[in-house]
Amino acid sequence: MSARLETRLWLAQRLSAAVLALCVAVHLTTMIVAVRGGLTATDILGRTRGSLGWGAFYALFVVAVSIHAPLGLRTVAAEWLGFRGRAADAIFALFGVVVFLLGGLAIAAVTR
Amino acid sequence: MSATLAVDVWRGGADGRFQAFSVPRRDAQTVLDVVTHIQRRLDPTLAYRFACRVGMCGSCAMTVNGRPRWTCRTHVSEVAPEGRLEIAPLEHLPIVRDLVTDMREFFDKWARARSQFKPTATRRDDFATVAPHSAERRAVDEAIECIGCAVCYAACDVVGWNPDYLGPAALNRAWTLHNDRRDGARPERLAAVAGDAGCHACHTQASCTERCPKHLSPTASIAGLKRATALAVLRGEL
Repeated sequence: MSARLETRLWLAQRLSAAVLALCVAVHLTTMIVAVRGGLTATDILGRTRGSLGWGAFYALFVVAVSIHAPLGLRTVAAEWLGFRGRAADAIFALFGVVVFLLGGLAIAAVTR
Repeated sequence: MSATLAVDVWRGGADGRFQAFSVPRRDAQTVLDVVTHIQRRLDPTLAYRFACRVGMCGSCAMTVNGRPRWTCRTHVSEVAPEGRLEIAPLEHLPIVRDLVTDMREFFDKWARARSQFKPTATRRDDFATVAPHSAERRAVDEAIECIGCAVCYAACDVVGWNPDYLGPAALNRAWTLHNDRRDGARPERLAAVAGDAGCHACHTQASCTERCPKHLSPTASIAGLKRATALAVLRGEL
C-alpha cells in the first residue's frame, strides 16, 4: 500500500480516536445519569425518538467506530498474526462496512 | 561481593544454547571485561565483537540479563548484584555465531529510509551555514549523536512483530536529514519512512528511548516524522 494512503489511514485512525474519546465520554455519562435518574427504557426511547440531536450524535459515533475499529484490528492482525496484505485489507474494509450498517440499524431503532 | 561470577554465555547460532562459565570478580569490572576474560582465558573459540571499549564505536552491544546494552559501559555491579550474568546476542538480528549478530539488515534499513545525505550544492558553492539556534537544527541536537549500535533496534517490540519495520535508529537518522536544510531529498525521504513499515508502525512504547545508552529519544524523532508526513499529506506533497 502506498505511503500516501498509509499516512491517510493513520491520520484517519488518530482523528477518529479523538472523536471517539469525546463520544464515549458523552455516551457513558448519559448512560450513568439515565440509569441513576431512574429512567426506564420507554422514557429513554421517548427522548431519543425523533431527536435530530441524538441521531446526529450517534451517527458521528458510528462513523468514527467504523473507521477506527477496522484500522486497529488490521494493525493487530498484522503484528500479532502476521496477517497482512490485500486479503487482510479487504476483510477489514468489509468489517468496517458491517460495523457501519449495524450501527446505522441501531440508530434507526432508537431514533425513528 | 563474591569472588567469582556465574556467567551464562550464548554459544552457537539461532539453535544454540547457553554455556556456563565462572569468572573472577574484579573492581570496576565491565561486562565486556567478563566476555574478554572468557575468550582469552577460558575458551578462545568464543566469538564476540568490540572495538573502542569506551562507548564511542557502538560495536559491543549484547543482551545482558535480558536487556540490550553496551557491554563496555555496563559495570557488572550495576546489572549483577547477585553475581549472575546471562550474556546473549542482540535480539531481532540473525546470529552469526555466539555473541556476534549479522548487522546487514539493520543497516540496509537505514538505506531504505533514505538515510544518505543528498547534497544540493556543488564544490564551487560556498560553505553552507546552519544556524545553531535555528528550530530545525535544535530539533536534532540530540538525534545526530546516534552511533548506530542497534540497542534501540533490539529493544523495539515492533521490530519483532513486523520484520519490515525500519526501526528506531533508521527513522531517527531520517529525522535528522529531514531537518537538514542542505539536503535535497526530503519529499522522497518522507515517502520512504511513511507507512506500516515506517514511522506509522511505531506504538510510542518508547523502549528505544528507555534503552538508548546515549539517552537519545528515537521516539521523539519518530513522532516528528509522523507530524511531518501528516502535514505533507494534508498539503498534497506526499
